Amino acid sequence: MASDDIWILGIHMTKFGKHPELDTVDLAAEAAMAALDDGGVAMQDMGVLAAGNLMGGPVGIGQALQKQIGQTGIPVYNVANACATGATALRTAIMAVKAGECDMGLAVGVEKLSGAGLLAGGSRSGDDKTWKPRGRYGAVASVDGRVGTETMPGVFAQVGMEYGHKYGGTSFELFARISEKNHAHSTLNPLAAYQKRFTVDEIMGDMMIAYPNTRPMCSANCDGAAAAVVVSDAKRKTLDPDQQRRAVKVSASILTTDPWEAACQVLPDVNTLTRNAAKQAYDQAGVGPDDLDLVELHDCFATAELVHYDNLMLCEEGGAVDFFESGAPQRDGDRPVNVSGGLQSKGHPIAATGIANIWEVCHHLRGEAGDRQIDGATVGLAHVIGLGSACGVHILEKAA
Amino acid sequence: MTATIPLVDYLALDPAPHLVVHECVSCGARYFDRRNACASCSGTEFRDADVDTDGELKSFTIVSLAAPGIPVPFVAGVVDCNGTSVRANVINVEPDPEHVTLGMKVRLATYSMGTDDEGTEAIGFGFEPVA
Repeated sequence: MASDDIWILGIHMTKFGKHPELDTVDLAAEAAMAALDDGGVAMQDMGVLAAGNLMGGPVGIGQALQKQIGQTGIPVYNVANACATGATALRTAIMAVKAGECDMGLAVGVEKLSGAGLLAGGSRSGDDKTWKPRGRYGAVASVDGRVGTETMPGVFAQVGMEYGHKYGGTSFELFARISEKNHAHSTLNPLAAYQKRFTVDEIMGDMMIAYPNTRPMCSANCDGAAAAVVVSDAKRKTLDPDQQRRAVKVSASILTTDPWEAACQVLPDVNTLTRNAAKQAYDQAGVGPDDLDLVELHDCFATAELVHYDNLMLCEEGGAVDFFESGAPQRDGDRPVNVSGGLQSKGHPIAATGIANIWEVCHHLRGEAGDRQIDGATVGLAHVIGLGSACGVHILEKAA
Repeated sequence: MTATIPLVDYLALDPAPHLVVHECVSCGARYFDRRNACASCSGTEFRDADVDTDGELKSFTIVSLAAPGIPVPFVAGVVDCNGTSVRANVINVEPDPEHVTLGMKVRLATYSMGTDDEGTEAIGFGFEPVA
């Protein structure tokens, strides 16, 4: 008897980094075709395509991808949810399969960001010669830099500092050590954009972007794509034994937004919606944080990783510093976090990130992660957050 | 006398500079911009309310890399003004972690952003340490 479980049948991420010779559609095609191949299926088997690309690509990335690898007339959903775009695409395909509209679907996320620099914040050159109120706040001049900061390193620096104010125990060095961990992890990941190990002193001494985040503590802009094929349980049971064995069960697929909070009106609150997503995911999957063999969480900045230990309930509330100090999130610790190297070294091609983190978890659950394999991994969690905000949490389990 | 205009419409300059929010009449939620309905309770009636000018710095960053034209380094932060969170720069302070600390007491301060071609002076705001 088939259940309503959904499975990842095939999944792939491209090498993250610089791909000057490939455009957005080429990268999406590479990931999509490899994911189909990994699942032993073809474009003709797909009943739905969900695709995401935030910057610089064609308006309809899904249709452009179809023209590149196969136009079968299936429905396409082009999705956008900031840094949670990839997870949103995956969840869209999952919803279509779960709703019974089709038995297999493809989700793709792709971005070209090499050399993009700072990704937010208004230029100051646009100020007028006369002070005229404009926009929602009746501002007479650009507010970025005058009323706080709009840059992502600065916003997420405040997220980590706020945690430090609330619970204590944080320092510039602590955040740098979190970054040191992820860069060390990246040395085992051949698909990471950067595989360079740094000492804590090197990280602290590097170029300051927004205190306490120095350059290596920020996510790396790069090019990359990731894609996944999802399949219903009934369809999976008709496939050959090897396909069934390598399929990874999606035990939870959750997407949340901010519930109203007073403070999130001025500084994004990345905590409440992540905690809500985690709670729903653990409940849906019937597993708890202690069951996780590995976690890929959204370390867009070193300051963000700390708060998500707490938000994903990997520790007691307020205990994120102690959790890190215990060594638990190191790859040889009790709860390895970001063994891929995380966004700081693996890289963060925005719309690809929310599928690439699932690829990493699947890779370990299938026992195919090579030098960085977490031995015996059977359950993993992947988390992304896009400001605005949207949070995706997926819990994945090895086939029984 | 020079005409003045605030940097943002929620900065009131008279009688003394202070920030003004749109407060939901039914639940008290506060917004610096206009809302059609309260994001907390869906109420549709709002009234203006003054924000305390004294507060505590509950988070900050020192921005060293910003968009072109923005002078760096500067301190951006969130100030808790008796329960209302305010996004602002911390001004009149050395922009380094020795002089800016979590939990420090701050108060609203204004400064001139310069006078435009028509003789109007724009007034910006930030929070400065309470000596």
